[in-house]
Amino acid sequence: MSVSFCGLELAHPVINGSGTFDVIAAERAFGPALLADLPFSAYVSKTITLRPRAGNPPPRLWETAAGMVNSIGLPNKGVEAYLAEDLPRYAKLPVPLITNVMGATGAELAEVAAAVADRPEIAAIELNVSCPNVATGLDIGAVPSELEAVVRRVRAVTAKPLVVKLTPNTADVALCAQAAEAAGADAVSLINTLRAVALHPDAGGARWLGAGQGGLSGPAIRSVALAQVAAVAERVSVPVVGMGGLQRGAHAADLLSAGATLIAVGTESFRDPGAGKRVARELAELTGRATHPGAPRHP
Amino acid sequence: MSAVPVARGEDGRVLAPFGRRRALVVSTRKVGAYVLLELADRDGPQADPGQFHMLATVQGWGAGVDERPFLPRAFSPMGSSGGHLWFMLEDVGPGTHRLSALKKGEALWVTGPLGAGFTLPDASNAGEAPSGGASPAFTGARRAILVAGGIGLPPIVAWSRALAEGAGAEVTLLLGFRDAAHAQVAASFTGAQLATDDGSAGHRGYVTELLEAELARDPHALVYACGPGPMLEAVRALTTALGIPAQLALESGMACGYGACFGCAVPLAAGGYARVCVDGPVMEAAALAAVPAH
Repeated sequence: MSVSFCGLELAHPVINGSGTFDVIAAERAFGPALLADLPFSAYVSKTITLRPRAGNPPPRLWETAAGMVNSIGLPNKGVEAYLAEDLPRYAKLPVPLITNVMGATGAELAEVAAAVADRPEIAAIELNVSCPNVATGLDIGAVPSELEAVVRRVRAVTAKPLVVKLTPNTADVALCAQAAEAAGADAVSLINTLRAVALHPDAGGARWLGAGQGGLSGPAIRSVALAQVAAVAERVSVPVVGMGGLQRGAHAADLLSAGATLIAVGTESFRDPGAGKRVARELAELTGRATHPGAPRHP
Repeated sequence: MSAVPVARGEDGRVLAPFGRRRALVVSTRKVGAYVLLELADRDGPQADPGQFHMLATVQGWGAGVDERPFLPRAFSPMGSSGGHLWFMLEDVGPGTHRLSALKKGEALWVTGPLGAGFTLPDASNAGEAPSGGASPAFTGARRAILVAGGIGLPPIVAWSRALAEGAGAEVTLLLGFRDAAHAQVAASFTGAQLATDDGSAGHRGYVTELLEAELARDPHALVYACGPGPMLEAVRALTTALGIPAQLALESGMACGYGACFGCAVPLAAGGYARVCVDGPVMEAAALAAVPAH
Protein backbone atom coordinates (compact mmCIF):
# COMPACT_ATOMS: atom_id res chain seq x y z
CA MET A 1 0.00 0.00 0.00
CA SER A 2 3.02 2.30 -0.30
CA VAL A 3 2.38 5.61 -1.99
CA SER A 4 4.34 8.49 -3.51
CA PHE A 5 3.42 12.00 -2.43
CA CYS A 6 5.35 15.10 -3.53
CA GLY A 7 8.51 13.05 -3.91
CA LEU A 8 8.07 11.31 -0.53
CA GLU A 9 7.72 7.54 -0.44
CA LEU A 10 5.22 6.67 2.28
CA ALA A 11 4.50 3.21 3.66
CA HIS A 12 0.73 3.69 3.39
CA PRO A 13 -1.67 6.55 2.58
CA VAL A 14 -2.78 7.36 6.16
CA ILE A 15 -1.37 10.46 7.87
CA ASN A 16 -2.72 12.70 10.65
CA GLY A 17 -4.56 16.00 10.36
CA SER A 18 -2.55 18.89 11.79
CA GLY A 19 -3.37 19.54 15.44
CA THR A 20 -5.00 16.19 16.09
CA PHE A 21 -2.05 14.14 17.37
CA ASP A 22 0.79 15.56 19.46
CA VAL A 23 3.58 12.98 19.41
CA ILE A 24 5.52 14.75 22.17
CA ALA A 25 2.53 14.67 24.54
CA ALA A 26 1.64 11.14 23.40
CA GLU A 27 5.14 10.00 24.34
CA ARG A 28 4.57 11.35 27.85
CA ALA A 29 1.34 9.34 28.10
CA PHE A 30 2.27 6.14 26.27
CA GLY A 31 6.05 6.03 26.47
CA PRO A 32 8.79 6.11 23.84
CA ALA A 33 7.76 2.85 22.15
CA LEU A 34 4.98 4.82 20.45
CA LEU A 35 7.46 6.82 18.40
CA ALA A 36 8.89 3.74 16.74
CA ASP A 37 5.41 2.47 15.98
CA LEU A 38 3.64 5.65 14.87
CA PRO A 39 0.10 5.18 13.49
CA PHE A 40 0.84 7.49 10.52
CA SER A 41 3.04 7.20 7.42
CA ALA A 42 4.01 10.88 7.72
CA TYR A 43 3.61 13.18 10.69
CA VAL A 44 2.01 16.62 10.38
CA SER A 45 2.90 18.83 13.33
CA LYS A 46 0.50 21.30 14.92
CA THR A 47 0.30 24.77 13.40
CA ILE A 48 3.15 27.07 14.34
CA THR A 49 3.18 30.84 14.01
CA LEU A 50 5.89 33.47 14.01
CA ARG A 51 5.35 34.35 17.66
CA PRO A 52 4.08 32.15 20.52
CA ARG A 53 0.32 31.96 21.05
CA ALA A 54 -1.43 30.97 24.29
CA GLY A 55 -4.60 29.84 22.55
CA ASN A 56 -8.21 30.70 23.29
CA PRO A 57 -9.76 31.00 26.77
CA PRO A 58 -11.70 27.90 27.85
CA PRO A 59 -14.17 26.35 27.31
CA ARG A 60 -12.65 25.16 24.05
CA LEU A 61 -14.79 22.13 23.24
CA TRP A 62 -18.42 21.28 22.59
CA GLU A 63 -19.76 17.83 21.74
CA THR A 64 -22.33 17.62 18.96
CA ALA A 65 -24.27 14.87 17.25
CA ALA A 66 -21.51 12.74 15.66
CA GLY A 67 -18.83 15.32 16.15
CA MET A 68 -17.41 18.20 18.11
CA VAL A 69 -16.81 21.92 17.86
CA ASN A 70 -13.36 23.09 18.87
CA SER A 71 -12.07 26.56 19.51
CA ILE A 72 -8.48 25.93 20.50
CA GLY A 73 -6.91 29.04 18.99
CA LEU A 74 -3.67 27.50 17.71
CA PRO A 75 -1.63 27.57 20.94
CA ASN A 76 2.03 27.10 20.01
CA LYS A 77 5.48 28.10 21.16
CA GLY A 78 6.37 30.08 18.05
CA VAL A 79 8.68 29.12 15.21
CA GLU A 80 11.92 29.85 17.05
CA ALA A 81 11.15 27.50 19.97
CA TYR A 82 9.67 24.96 17.55
CA LEU A 83 12.98 24.75 15.71
CA ALA A 84 15.04 24.66 18.90
CA GLU A 85 12.96 22.33 21.07
CA ASP A 86 10.49 20.31 19.00
CA LEU A 87 12.29 19.73 15.72
CA PRO A 88 15.09 17.61 17.25
CA ARG A 89 12.41 15.33 18.71
CA TYR A 90 10.38 15.15 15.49
CA ALA A 91 13.59 14.33 13.64
CA LYS A 92 13.72 11.02 15.54
CA LEU A 93 10.37 9.91 14.12
CA PRO A 94 10.57 6.99 11.70
CA VAL A 95 8.38 8.87 9.17
CA PRO A 96 8.73 12.16 7.22
CA LEU A 97 7.77 15.39 8.99
CA ILE A 98 5.34 17.88 7.46
CA THR A 99 5.48 21.22 9.29
CA ASN A 100 2.24 23.19 9.36
CA VAL A 101 2.62 26.98 9.49
CA MET A 102 0.24 29.93 9.68
CA GLY A 103 0.49 33.70 9.51
CA ALA A 104 -1.99 36.56 9.74
CA THR A 105 -0.66 38.07 6.51
CA GLY A 106 1.16 36.84 3.43
CA ALA A 107 4.33 38.52 4.68
CA GLU A 108 4.10 36.81 8.07
CA LEU A 109 3.35 33.43 6.51
CA ALA A 110 6.35 33.81 4.19
CA GLU A 111 8.53 34.71 7.18
CA VAL A 112 7.53 31.56 9.10
CA ALA A 113 7.94 29.42 5.99
CA ALA A 114 11.38 30.92 5.34
CA ALA A 115 12.41 30.12 8.91
CA VAL A 116 11.72 26.42 8.39
CA ALA A 117 12.59 26.26 4.69
CA ASP A 118 16.21 25.15 4.95
CA ARG A 119 15.84 22.59 7.75
CA PRO A 120 16.62 19.12 6.40
CA GLU A 121 14.50 17.48 9.15
CA ILE A 122 11.40 18.93 7.50
CA ALA A 123 10.17 17.01 4.46
CA ALA A 124 7.34 19.32 3.45
CA ILE A 125 5.52 22.47 4.54
CA GLU A 126 1.75 22.72 4.97
CA LEU A 127 0.17 26.19 4.92
CA ASN A 128 -2.76 26.85 7.21
CA VAL A 129 -4.67 29.58 5.36
CA SER A 130 -7.68 29.57 7.69
CA CYS A 131 -6.48 32.70 9.49
CA PRO A 132 -8.95 35.58 9.19
CA ASN A 133 -7.89 38.64 7.23
CA VAL A 134 -8.13 41.47 9.79
CA ALA A 135 -9.57 43.88 7.21
CA THR A 136 -12.24 41.65 5.63
CA GLY A 137 -12.96 39.10 8.37
CA LEU A 138 -12.76 36.38 5.72
CA ASP A 139 -10.19 33.61 5.96
CA ILE A 140 -7.09 34.36 3.87
CA GLY A 141 -7.74 31.11 2.05
CA ALA A 142 -11.41 31.86 1.36
CA VAL A 143 -10.77 34.34 -1.45
CA PRO A 144 -9.00 32.76 -4.47
CA SER A 145 -7.08 35.91 -5.48
CA GLU A 146 -5.85 36.52 -1.95
CA LEU A 147 -4.91 32.86 -1.53
CA GLU A 148 -2.98 32.90 -4.79
CA ALA A 149 -0.98 35.95 -3.69
CA VAL A 150 -0.17 34.38 -0.32
CA VAL A 151 0.94 31.07 -1.80
CA ARG A 152 3.14 32.88 -4.34
CA ARG A 153 4.94 34.68 -1.51
CA VAL A 154 5.61 31.41 0.30
CA ARG A 155 6.54 29.58 -2.90
CA ALA A 156 9.26 32.17 -3.46
CA VAL A 157 11.00 31.34 -0.17
CA THR A 158 11.11 27.55 -0.25
CA ALA A 159 11.85 24.71 -2.61
CA LYS A 160 10.32 22.17 -0.22
CA PRO A 161 7.07 20.47 -1.19
CA LEU A 162 4.28 22.93 -0.36
CA VAL A 163 0.87 21.65 0.74
CA VAL A 164 -1.94 24.19 1.02
CA LYS A 165 -4.56 23.28 3.64
CA LEU A 166 -7.71 24.73 2.11
CA THR A 167 -10.52 26.21 4.16
CA PRO A 168 -13.98 24.71 3.59
CA ASN A 169 -15.59 28.00 4.68
CA THR A 170 -15.65 29.47 1.19
CA ALA A 171 -18.02 29.78 -1.75
CA ASP A 172 -16.11 27.51 -4.13
CA VAL A 173 -13.35 25.38 -2.68
CA ALA A 174 -12.29 24.12 -6.12
CA LEU A 175 -11.58 27.70 -7.26
CA CYS A 176 -9.39 28.12 -4.18
CA ALA A 177 -7.58 24.87 -4.98
CA GLN A 178 -6.95 26.07 -8.54
CA ALA A 179 -5.59 29.35 -7.21
CA ALA A 180 -3.21 27.46 -4.90
CA GLU A 181 -2.07 25.26 -7.78
CA ALA A 182 -1.54 28.26 -10.07
CA ALA A 183 0.62 29.86 -7.37
CA GLY A 184 2.89 26.83 -7.21
CA ALA A 185 1.40 24.57 -4.52
CA ASP A 186 2.62 20.97 -4.83
CA ALA A 187 -0.50 19.57 -3.14
CA VAL A 188 -3.68 20.64 -1.40
CA SER A 189 -5.26 19.22 1.74
CA LEU A 190 -8.88 19.42 2.86
CA ILE A 191 -11.18 19.77 4.64
CA ASN A 192 -10.40 21.89 7.65
CA THR A 193 -13.19 22.31 10.25
CA LEU A 194 -16.49 23.93 9.31
CA ARG A 195 -17.24 27.20 11.12
CA ALA A 196 -19.64 26.50 13.97
CA VAL A 197 -21.14 27.94 17.13
CA ALA A 198 -22.40 26.33 20.34
CA LEU A 199 -24.72 27.99 22.84
CA HIS A 200 -24.45 27.71 26.60
CA PRO A 201 -27.01 25.14 27.77
CA ASP A 202 -28.12 27.22 30.77
CA ALA A 203 -27.66 30.79 29.64
CA GLY A 204 -30.26 31.71 27.02
CA GLY A 205 -28.38 32.42 23.83
CA ALA A 206 -24.93 33.10 25.30
CA ARG A 207 -22.01 31.54 23.45
CA TRP A 208 -20.45 28.51 25.11
CA LEU A 209 -16.95 28.60 23.65
CA GLY A 210 -14.53 31.07 25.18
CA ALA A 211 -13.69 32.54 21.77
CA GLY A 212 -17.34 32.67 20.67
CA GLN A 213 -17.07 30.36 17.69
CA GLY A 214 -15.10 27.36 16.53
CA GLY A 215 -14.94 24.61 13.94
CA LEU A 216 -16.96 21.43 13.54
CA SER A 217 -15.21 18.10 12.95
CA GLY A 218 -15.97 14.40 13.20
CA PRO A 219 -18.26 12.08 11.24
CA ALA A 220 -20.87 14.88 11.06
CA ILE A 221 -18.75 16.49 8.30
CA ARG A 222 -17.78 13.33 6.39
CA SER A 223 -20.21 13.86 3.48
CA VAL A 224 -19.09 17.47 3.13
CA ALA A 225 -15.47 16.32 2.98
CA LEU A 226 -16.29 13.78 0.28
CA ALA A 227 -18.05 16.44 -1.82
CA GLN A 228 -15.24 18.98 -1.47
CA VAL A 229 -12.44 16.46 -2.09
CA ALA A 230 -14.22 15.25 -5.24
CA ALA A 231 -14.80 18.82 -6.46
CA VAL A 232 -11.15 19.75 -5.91
CA ALA A 233 -9.68 16.55 -7.37
CA GLU A 234 -11.63 17.14 -10.59
CA ARG A 235 -10.15 20.59 -11.04
CA VAL A 236 -6.48 20.30 -10.04
CA SER A 237 -3.68 18.00 -11.14
CA VAL A 238 -1.63 18.22 -7.94
CA PRO A 239 -2.21 15.48 -5.34
CA VAL A 240 -4.98 15.90 -2.78
CA VAL A 241 -4.86 14.99 0.92
CA GLY A 242 -8.43 14.14 1.89
CA MET A 243 -9.77 14.32 5.41
CA GLY A 244 -12.93 15.02 7.35
CA GLY A 245 -14.75 12.71 9.72
CA LEU A 246 -13.28 9.44 8.54
CA GLN A 247 -13.44 6.65 11.11
CA ARG A 248 -12.88 3.43 9.19
CA GLY A 249 -10.96 2.03 6.23
CA ALA A 250 -14.13 2.21 4.14
CA HIS A 251 -14.32 5.96 4.68
CA ALA A 252 -10.68 6.28 3.66
CA ALA A 253 -11.41 4.26 0.53
CA ASP A 254 -14.27 6.65 -0.27
CA LEU A 255 -11.92 9.63 -0.13
CA LEU A 256 -9.36 7.83 -2.30
CA SER A 257 -12.15 7.05 -4.80
CA ALA A 258 -13.03 10.75 -4.78
CA GLY A 259 -9.50 11.50 -5.93
CA ALA A 260 -7.38 11.79 -2.79
CA THR A 261 -3.79 10.46 -2.82
CA LEU A 262 -3.41 10.51 0.96
CA ILE A 263 -6.02 10.60 3.67
CA ALA A 264 -5.68 12.08 7.14
CA VAL A 265 -7.22 10.92 10.39
CA GLY A 266 -8.18 13.69 12.79
CA THR A 267 -10.98 13.63 15.33
CA GLU A 268 -11.13 9.82 15.35
CA SER A 269 -7.67 9.79 16.95
CA PHE A 270 -9.23 11.56 19.95
CA ARG A 271 -11.64 8.64 20.41
CA ASP A 272 -9.12 5.97 19.52
CA PRO A 273 -5.41 6.88 19.79
CA GLY A 274 -4.54 4.01 17.44
CA ALA A 275 -7.13 5.03 14.82
CA GLY A 276 -4.50 5.78 12.16
CA LYS A 277 -3.07 2.29 12.36
CA ARG A 278 -6.53 0.71 12.36
CA VAL A 279 -7.71 2.75 9.36
CA ALA A 280 -4.54 1.86 7.41
CA ARG A 281 -5.04 -1.84 8.18
CA GLU A 282 -8.72 -1.78 7.23
CA LEU A 283 -7.90 0.12 4.04
CA ALA A 284 -5.24 -2.41 3.09
CA GLU A 285 -7.71 -5.25 3.67
CA LEU A 286 -10.31 -3.51 1.50
CA THR A 287 -7.96 -2.75 -1.37
CA GLY A 288 -6.44 -6.21 -1.23
CA ARG A 289 -9.88 -7.77 -1.48
CA ALA A 290 -11.51 -5.70 -4.22
CA THR A 291 -10.15 -4.88 -7.67
CA HIS A 292 -9.23 -1.23 -7.29
CA PRO A 293 -11.73 0.46 -5.01
CA GLY A 294 -9.19 2.88 -3.67
CA ALA A 295 -7.10 3.59 -6.75
CA PRO A 296 -6.47 7.32 -7.09
CA ARG A 297 -7.88 8.82 -10.25
CA HIS A 298 -4.95 11.21 -10.41
CA PRO A 299 -1.82 9.19 -9.81
CA MET B 1 -1.65 -8.87 40.80
CA SER B 2 -2.24 -6.82 37.73
CA ALA B 3 -1.87 -8.72 34.50
CA VAL B 4 0.29 -5.96 33.02
CA PRO B 5 3.57 -4.77 34.56
CA VAL B 6 3.79 -1.10 35.47
CA ALA B 7 6.09 0.97 33.27
CA ARG B 8 6.90 4.55 34.25
CA GLY B 9 7.84 7.50 32.08
CA GLU B 10 10.72 9.90 32.64
CA ASP B 11 8.57 12.08 34.90
CA GLY B 12 7.50 9.04 36.96
CA ARG B 13 3.92 8.62 35.79
CA VAL B 14 2.53 5.18 35.02
CA LEU B 15 2.48 4.84 31.23
CA ALA B 16 -0.64 3.70 29.41
CA PRO B 17 -0.50 0.91 26.84
CA PHE B 18 -0.86 2.66 23.46
CA GLY B 19 -4.39 2.81 22.11
CA ARG B 20 -7.76 1.85 23.49
CA ARG B 21 -8.44 -1.64 24.80
CA ARG B 22 -11.48 -3.63 25.80
CA ALA B 23 -12.50 -4.07 29.41
CA LEU B 24 -15.54 -5.86 30.79
CA VAL B 25 -18.05 -4.86 33.43
CA VAL B 26 -17.69 -7.15 36.44
CA SER B 27 -20.33 -5.50 38.61
CA THR B 28 -22.40 -2.36 39.03
CA ARG B 29 -23.95 -1.12 42.24
CA LYS B 30 -26.14 1.88 42.94
CA VAL B 31 -25.26 3.69 46.15
CA GLY B 32 -27.48 6.69 46.77
CA ALA B 33 -27.03 9.10 43.88
CA TYR B 34 -24.00 7.30 42.47
CA VAL B 35 -23.22 4.15 40.52
CA LEU B 36 -20.13 2.13 41.41
CA LEU B 37 -18.66 0.34 38.43
CA GLU B 38 -16.09 -2.46 38.60
CA LEU B 39 -14.22 -3.36 35.40
CA ALA B 40 -11.96 -6.27 34.54
CA ASP B 41 -9.12 -4.53 32.71
CA ARG B 42 -6.70 -7.40 32.25
CA ASP B 43 -4.59 -5.54 29.68
CA GLY B 44 -4.06 -2.43 31.80
CA PRO B 45 -1.42 -1.67 34.47
CA GLN B 46 -2.17 -0.52 38.00
CA ALA B 47 -2.77 3.24 38.05
CA ASP B 48 -1.36 5.75 40.51
CA PRO B 49 -3.93 7.64 42.62
CA GLY B 50 -5.07 10.72 40.69
CA GLN B 51 -4.42 9.29 37.25
CA PHE B 52 -7.44 8.77 35.00
CA HIS B 53 -8.88 6.65 32.20
CA MET B 54 -10.91 7.53 29.12
CA LEU B 55 -14.04 5.38 28.97
CA ALA B 56 -16.63 4.70 26.26
CA THR B 57 -19.01 1.81 25.86
CA VAL B 58 -18.41 -0.44 22.84
CA GLN B 59 -22.16 -0.64 22.18
CA GLY B 60 -24.62 2.24 22.26
CA TRP B 61 -22.11 5.11 22.50
CA GLY B 62 -23.89 7.78 20.48
CA ALA B 63 -27.34 6.32 20.99
CA GLY B 64 -28.51 8.88 23.54
CA VAL B 65 -30.21 12.27 23.35
CA ASP B 66 -28.89 14.34 20.41
CA GLU B 67 -27.00 11.23 19.16
CA ARG B 68 -24.53 11.65 22.00
CA PRO B 69 -22.15 10.76 23.60
CA PHE B 70 -19.56 10.98 20.85
CA LEU B 71 -16.28 11.44 22.71
CA PRO B 72 -14.95 9.16 25.48
CA ARG B 73 -15.25 10.45 29.05
CA ALA B 74 -12.48 10.90 31.62
CA PHE B 75 -12.78 9.22 35.04
CA SER B 76 -10.27 8.80 37.83
CA PRO B 77 -10.61 5.38 39.47
CA MET B 78 -11.16 4.97 43.20
CA GLY B 79 -9.26 1.71 43.03
CA SER B 80 -6.89 -0.02 40.62
CA SER B 81 -5.39 -3.41 41.40
CA GLY B 82 -5.18 -6.96 40.20
CA GLY B 83 -6.33 -6.03 36.71
CA HIS B 84 -9.52 -4.46 38.05
CA LEU B 85 -10.66 -0.84 38.06
CA TRP B 86 -13.31 0.73 40.28
CA PHE B 87 -15.11 3.90 39.18
CA MET B 88 -17.85 6.08 40.63
CA LEU B 89 -20.34 7.77 38.32
CA GLU B 90 -23.27 10.12 38.55
CA ASP B 91 -25.83 10.24 35.75
CA VAL B 92 -25.63 13.92 34.81
CA GLY B 93 -25.30 13.89 31.00
CA PRO B 94 -25.27 11.66 27.92
CA GLY B 95 -21.91 10.04 28.72
CA THR B 96 -22.57 9.23 32.36
CA HIS B 97 -26.15 8.26 31.47
CA ARG B 98 -24.92 5.52 29.15
CA LEU B 99 -22.20 4.39 31.56
CA SER B 100 -24.70 4.30 34.45
CA ALA B 101 -26.85 1.88 32.43
CA LEU B 102 -24.03 -0.65 31.96
CA LYS B 103 -24.78 -4.26 32.83
CA LYS B 104 -22.45 -7.01 33.96
CA GLY B 105 -20.54 -8.48 31.01
CA GLU B 106 -20.84 -5.42 28.75
CA ALA B 107 -17.66 -4.17 27.06
CA LEU B 108 -15.98 -0.78 27.30
CA TRP B 109 -13.15 0.94 25.45
CA VAL B 110 -10.53 2.00 27.96
CA THR B 111 -7.44 4.16 27.46
CA GLY B 112 -5.17 4.74 30.43
CA PRO B 113 -3.90 5.26 33.02
CA LEU B 114 -3.31 8.83 31.84
CA GLY B 115 -1.94 12.01 33.33
CA ALA B 116 0.05 12.72 36.48
CA GLY B 117 -1.24 11.57 39.88
CA PHE B 118 -0.80 12.85 43.43
CA THR B 119 2.70 13.13 44.82
CA LEU B 120 4.28 13.86 48.17
CA PRO B 121 5.95 17.28 48.32
CA ASP B 122 8.77 15.97 50.50
CA ALA B 123 12.08 16.98 48.99
CA SER B 124 13.47 13.48 49.56
CA ASN B 125 11.04 12.31 46.90
CA ALA B 126 12.17 14.84 44.32
CA GLY B 127 13.20 13.25 41.09
CA GLU B 128 11.81 9.89 42.02
CA ALA B 129 8.69 8.24 40.82
CA PRO B 130 5.41 9.52 42.23
CA SER B 131 4.88 7.46 45.30
CA GLY B 132 1.24 6.62 44.75
CA GLY B 133 0.05 3.19 43.84
CA ALA B 134 2.04 0.95 46.15
CA SER B 135 3.12 2.25 49.57
CA PRO B 136 4.48 5.77 49.72
CA ALA B 137 7.04 6.45 52.41
CA PHE B 138 5.43 9.39 54.15
CA THR B 139 8.62 10.78 55.64
CA GLY B 140 7.34 14.20 56.63
CA ALA B 141 5.67 14.75 59.98
CA ARG B 142 3.03 16.89 58.28
CA ARG B 143 -0.57 15.85 58.34
CA ALA B 144 -2.30 15.31 55.00
CA ILE B 145 -5.77 16.81 54.68
CA LEU B 146 -7.70 15.20 51.84
CA VAL B 147 -10.72 17.10 50.60
CA ALA B 148 -13.34 15.60 48.28
CA GLY B 149 -16.44 17.22 46.84
CA GLY B 150 -19.14 14.96 45.39
CA ILE B 151 -17.98 13.17 42.27
CA GLY B 152 -14.40 14.18 43.16
CA LEU B 153 -14.33 11.42 45.78
CA PRO B 154 -12.66 8.57 43.78
CA PRO B 155 -9.05 9.83 43.43
CA ILE B 156 -9.17 11.08 47.04
CA VAL B 157 -10.19 7.59 48.19
CA ALA B 158 -7.36 6.06 46.14
CA TRP B 159 -4.82 8.53 47.57
CA SER B 160 -6.01 8.11 51.16
CA ARG B 161 -5.57 4.34 50.86
CA ALA B 162 -2.07 4.77 49.43
CA LEU B 163 -1.13 7.15 52.24
CA ALA B 164 -2.61 4.87 54.89
CA GLU B 165 -0.55 1.97 53.56
CA GLY B 166 2.57 4.10 53.72
CA ALA B 167 4.47 4.60 56.93
CA GLY B 168 3.64 7.42 59.30
CA ALA B 169 0.91 9.12 57.36
CA GLU B 170 -1.62 11.02 59.40
CA VAL B 171 -4.60 11.59 57.15
CA THR B 172 -7.69 13.73 57.71
CA LEU B 173 -10.54 13.14 55.30
CA LEU B 174 -13.04 15.93 54.60
CA LEU B 175 -15.99 14.98 52.41
CA GLY B 176 -18.61 17.31 50.96
CA PHE B 177 -21.83 16.40 49.16
CA ARG B 178 -24.96 18.12 47.91
CA ASP B 179 -27.26 16.18 50.25
CA ALA B 180 -27.66 12.97 52.23
CA ALA B 181 -28.50 10.91 49.11
CA HIS B 182 -25.13 11.82 47.64
CA ALA B 183 -23.38 11.39 51.01
CA GLN B 184 -24.57 7.79 51.31
CA VAL B 185 -21.46 6.62 49.42
CA ALA B 186 -19.30 8.00 52.24
CA ALA B 187 -20.89 5.78 54.93
CA SER B 188 -17.88 3.45 54.99
CA PHE B 189 -15.41 6.26 55.75
CA THR B 190 -15.97 6.25 59.49
CA GLY B 191 -13.23 8.68 60.42
CA ALA B 192 -14.17 11.31 57.85
CA GLN B 193 -15.73 14.70 58.53
CA LEU B 194 -18.84 15.27 56.46
CA ALA B 195 -20.56 18.36 55.09
CA THR B 196 -23.66 18.70 52.95
CA ASP B 197 -24.96 21.79 51.18
CA ASP B 198 -28.45 21.31 52.63
CA GLY B 199 -27.40 20.04 56.04
CA SER B 200 -29.17 16.71 55.60
CA ALA B 201 -25.99 14.97 56.79
CA GLY B 202 -23.01 16.29 58.74
CA HIS B 203 -22.02 19.95 58.78
CA ARG B 204 -24.43 22.22 56.93
CA GLY B 205 -22.39 24.11 54.35
CA TYR B 206 -19.39 23.63 52.11
CA VAL B 207 -16.56 21.19 52.72
CA THR B 208 -14.17 24.11 52.22
CA GLU B 209 -15.49 25.52 55.52
CA LEU B 210 -14.27 22.34 57.20
CA LEU B 211 -10.92 22.80 55.48
CA GLU B 212 -10.66 26.38 56.64
CA ALA B 213 -11.23 25.29 60.25
CA GLU B 214 -8.63 22.51 59.97
CA LEU B 215 -6.02 24.83 58.48
CA ALA B 216 -6.66 27.42 61.20
CA ARG B 217 -5.76 24.71 63.73
CA ASP B 218 -2.85 23.23 61.77
CA PRO B 219 -1.18 25.57 59.29
CA HIS B 220 1.56 22.99 58.60
CA ALA B 221 -0.75 20.49 56.94
CA LEU B 222 -0.60 19.42 53.31
CA VAL B 223 -3.78 19.60 51.24
CA TYR B 224 -5.00 17.29 48.48
CA ALA B 225 -8.36 18.00 46.86
CA CYS B 226 -10.70 16.88 44.10
CA GLY B 227 -14.17 18.13 43.32
CA PRO B 228 -16.17 20.55 41.19
CA GLY B 229 -14.43 23.59 39.68
CA PRO B 230 -15.85 26.15 42.14
CA MET B 231 -14.81 23.98 45.12
CA LEU B 232 -11.28 23.56 43.79
CA GLU B 233 -11.08 27.28 43.08
CA ALA B 234 -12.01 27.91 46.73
CA VAL B 235 -9.32 25.45 47.89
CA ARG B 236 -6.79 27.07 45.55
CA ALA B 237 -7.56 30.58 46.78
CA LEU B 238 -7.50 29.52 50.45
CA THR B 239 -4.28 27.48 50.37
CA THR B 240 -2.46 29.95 48.13
CA ALA B 241 -3.34 32.82 50.46
CA LEU B 242 -2.07 30.81 53.45
CA GLY B 243 1.02 29.54 51.63
CA ILE B 244 0.02 25.93 52.25
CA PRO B 245 1.09 23.36 49.66
CA ALA B 246 -1.92 21.91 47.91
CA GLN B 247 -2.41 19.54 45.01
CA LEU B 248 -5.67 19.73 43.09
CA ALA B 249 -7.00 16.91 40.90
CA LEU B 250 -8.69 18.89 38.13
CA GLU B 251 -11.55 17.93 35.90
CA SER B 252 -12.14 19.29 32.42
CA GLY B 253 -14.05 18.44 29.32
CA MET B 254 -11.51 16.80 27.03
CA ALA B 255 -11.73 15.04 23.70
CA CYS B 256 -8.70 12.76 23.87
CA GLY B 257 -7.03 12.55 27.31
CA TYR B 258 -3.47 12.32 25.90
CA GLY B 259 -2.53 15.84 24.85
CA ALA B 260 -3.78 15.75 21.27
CA CYS B 261 -6.79 18.07 21.28
CA PHE B 262 -5.66 20.96 23.54
CA GLY B 263 -9.29 21.24 24.70
CA CYS B 264 -8.69 20.96 28.46
CA ALA B 265 -6.90 24.26 29.02
CA VAL B 266 -6.42 25.56 32.56
CA PRO B 267 -4.94 29.06 33.11
CA LEU B 268 -1.52 29.22 34.80
CA ALA B 269 -0.39 31.78 37.36
CA ALA B 270 2.67 32.39 35.20
CA GLY B 271 0.46 33.11 32.16
CA GLY B 272 -0.70 30.88 29.35
CA TYR B 273 -2.43 27.55 29.77
CA ALA B 274 -1.62 23.98 30.76
CA ARG B 275 -3.37 20.86 29.50
CA VAL B 276 -5.25 19.12 32.32
CA CYS B 277 -4.75 15.74 30.64
CA VAL B 278 -0.94 15.66 30.32
CA ASP B 279 0.26 18.46 32.63
CA GLY B 280 -2.34 17.35 35.22
CA PRO B 281 -4.89 16.26 36.18
CA VAL B 282 -3.14 16.72 39.54
CA MET B 283 -1.51 20.15 39.66
CA GLU B 284 0.00 22.34 42.34
CA ALA B 285 -2.60 24.91 43.40
CA ALA B 286 0.01 27.67 43.45
CA ALA B 287 0.78 27.07 39.76
CA LEU B 288 -2.77 27.92 38.69
CA ALA B 289 -4.26 31.34 37.99
CA ALA B 290 -7.75 29.97 38.66
CA VAL B 291 -9.72 26.76 38.36
CA PRO B 292 -12.31 27.11 35.57
CA ALA B 293 -15.91 26.39 36.55
CA HIS B 294 -16.31 23.96 33.61
